[in-house]
Amino acid sequence: MTHDHEPHGEGAQRAERIERRWATLSVGIVALLIVMAAFAGIHQATMPQPVLETADPRTLHIAGEFTEANLGSSLEPDGSVMVRAIGQQYSFTPACIVVPVGTPIAFRATSADVVHGFLIDGTNVNVMLVPGYVSTIATRFETTGERHMPCHEFCGTGHEGMWGRIRVVDKATFQEMATRHRRLSCVDQ
Amino acid sequence: MLTSKRLILAHFWLAFAAFAGALLLGEWQMFIRSPLHAWISNPEWYYRSVTGHGTAMAYVLPTLVAMGFGYFITEAALKRPLIGRAWAWVGFGLAVVGTITAVIPVALGAASVLYTFYPPLVGNPFYYIGVVLVVVGSWIWVALMSVNLYRWKKDNPGAAVPLAMFANVAGSYLWAWTSVGAAIELLFQILPVALGLRTTIDAGLARVFFSWTLHAIVYFWLMPTYIAYYTIVPRAIGGRLYSDSMGRLSFILFLVVAMPIGVHHLFMDPQVGGGFKFLHSVFTALVALPTLLTVFTICASVEIAARLRGGRGALGWIRALPWRNPMMLAIAFSFVMLGFGGAGGLINMSYQLDAVIHNTQWITGHFHLIFGGAIVIMYFAIAYDVWPHLTGRALECHGLIRAQLWTWFIGMMVLTFPWHWVGILGMPRRMAYYDYTDPALAPQANWVIMSVIGGAILVLSGILFLAVLIRGHRAPQIDPGPYRFSVAVHQPRRVPVALNSYGLWLSLMVGLTLVNYGFPILHLLTTPGTDVPAITVGAQK
Repeated sequence: MTHDHEPHGEGAQRAERIERRWATLSVGIVALLIVMAAFAGIHQATMPQPVLETADPRTLHIAGEFTEANLGSSLEPDGSVMVRAIGQQYSFTPACIVVPVGTPIAFRATSADVVHGFLIDGTNVNVMLVPGYVSTIATRFETTGERHMPCHEFCGTGHEGMWGRIRVVDKATFQEMATRHRRLSCVDQ
Repeated sequence: MLTSKRLILAHFWLAFAAFAGALLLGEWQMFIRSPLHAWISNPEWYYRSVTGHGTAMAYVLPTLVAMGFGYFITEAALKRPLIGRAWAWVGFGLAVVGTITAVIPVALGAASVLYTFYPPLVGNPFYYIGVVLVVVGSWIWVALMSVNLYRWKKDNPGAAVPLAMFANVAGSYLWAWTSVGAAIELLFQILPVALGLRTTIDAGLARVFFSWTLHAIVYFWLMPTYIAYYTIVPRAIGGRLYSDSMGRLSFILFLVVAMPIGVHHLFMDPQVGGGFKFLHSVFTALVALPTLLTVFTICASVEIAARLRGGRGALGWIRALPWRNPMMLAIAFSFVMLGFGGAGGLINMSYQLDAVIHNTQWITGHFHLIFGGAIVIMYFAIAYDVWPHLTGRALECHGLIRAQLWTWFIGMMVLTFPWHWVGILGMPRRMAYYDYTDPALAPQANWVIMSVIGGAILVLSGILFLAVLIRGHRAPQIDPGPYRFSVAVHQPRRVPVALNSYGLWLSLMVGLTLVNYGFPILHLLTTPGTDVPAITVGAQK
């Protein structure tokens, strides 16, 4: 920063030197943060969904993958589990999702009316359900047990009552359930 | 040289009146959803209150403070009367009318959509019209800031624009551009539905437009605070500003990089792709840069004050600081809260860490600490500093002022630290009720009670603040002398064109916004099937 200072003496130059050193350090800190975020994203494959998909909330119940009979958990041919769910004022369908432990799980979810949130306590599953769009997120549960799944976005009067649950069961139980039903929720247990 | 005292006082008082009402609502909300209170029989009251609290605190308070302080700076820094005072009153009138227009439907429960609007929820049109009127009033302010600077430059060719005015006008330009996002959302998406002209809305696109406003608005809130850091604090504590040009550089950086980063609010949204989310994450990291530079410059300026007062040693100078001076307390508290809040912000910046805390109480804690804490405590300090110049009366109750600043700081810490913690435990935001008897939620109960206590301390502090200002209107008359801004150690007479004008930086601001937002917006506009039916709130059931 050189300009027309009054006393452009040694003091001013020294002040600028210290300033420049700090600015360099600041740029370094920022660069390090960016590299860390990029590394975490690539190395641990934690990245937001790559593509945009739409789903019309007016026809969700009539046709397509979010019809009521198609909601819930299904065992895929490759051994992973696909969970389809919808949020609506003021509940999730299924209200209680069942999944096996130690298995790759893919969620596909959308909203039938307004914006909702989809959060599973104690996990990194955290996604918005925006009507008109399909949200996808992948995860894996390492312990069995039941967790809360609150809607975390204001969706109208009644929002405070919109708490779903997710039950993580052992693999054998889930396998056994999957032989009886094509789509599973907690009621099938 | 202050000729628009009534105008400036009117702005500050409207801001602080809105603040006082919203503060009480905030504490009521804390109490209602805590274990201290049973089920609220009608949760709609809670969301109504959140809408009022957010609208007053996020739109009315900071906008009116920025406008009033902006007029003050124009006269005090340029040392001449404000040009276009009649227009300034028009702007103020729009803000008053807008505030009233918005508050009535909110109070009636006809617009409980929260201040972030959340379409496809749609409330009473007068709520949105009121918000638009406040914003239009502030656009008049933007134009006046620009005109006043232009005329001053014509009369003082080649002279360095005083740093306070340079920053003030930068803030006004940032606001003008960042408010465009929400304005588009309101005027072209929400209002046509609220007025019954359309029945569908693209909720995803609306969220993108809102994010355009939502992040840089925080830097607009921050501008008066940063202006106080650079141009008031060093003078008020008897020191010098370490570097005038570093100040200019920081404000320029805010102007350029505060805008194209709002998609970090949409990390968990399905309507924006991963690539643009990463791009916005990178720019969000960059916006830490002007703050890091500011922290250095202001700490160095404070050290200069201490050494001028005889402070010695590597850290021993801290003891020599004028700790009984309200401005010294305010800057210290503000920096502590900025430090914690900023660290939290760096966590929110990355998609990976954000996944843990997105839309939990962590976020509410975060922005209360940054805005309610680091920023608003400097609004108090600004008011204390300029009040004698506006009223012509002494503000002598230093003990009361110190008590106010201490209680605000302590209250904010007690409020927000537990708030962050329950967020990490997974407590979702914006709920009128939590079932603390549930074993999973039980560990959060005591922390929430602690937050309620923090909120009560803040209410006490808010009352003290108003008491100090009201007493200031009744104190004995004095001649406060001309208002002085800080002087830099090496005060420049001339500065390079790039640090004295905005052309280059404004084109970068607009250009980067178009690069970072152009594709996501165009993509959604051209994707068929994204419009969804609007859901009316507050309708008769």
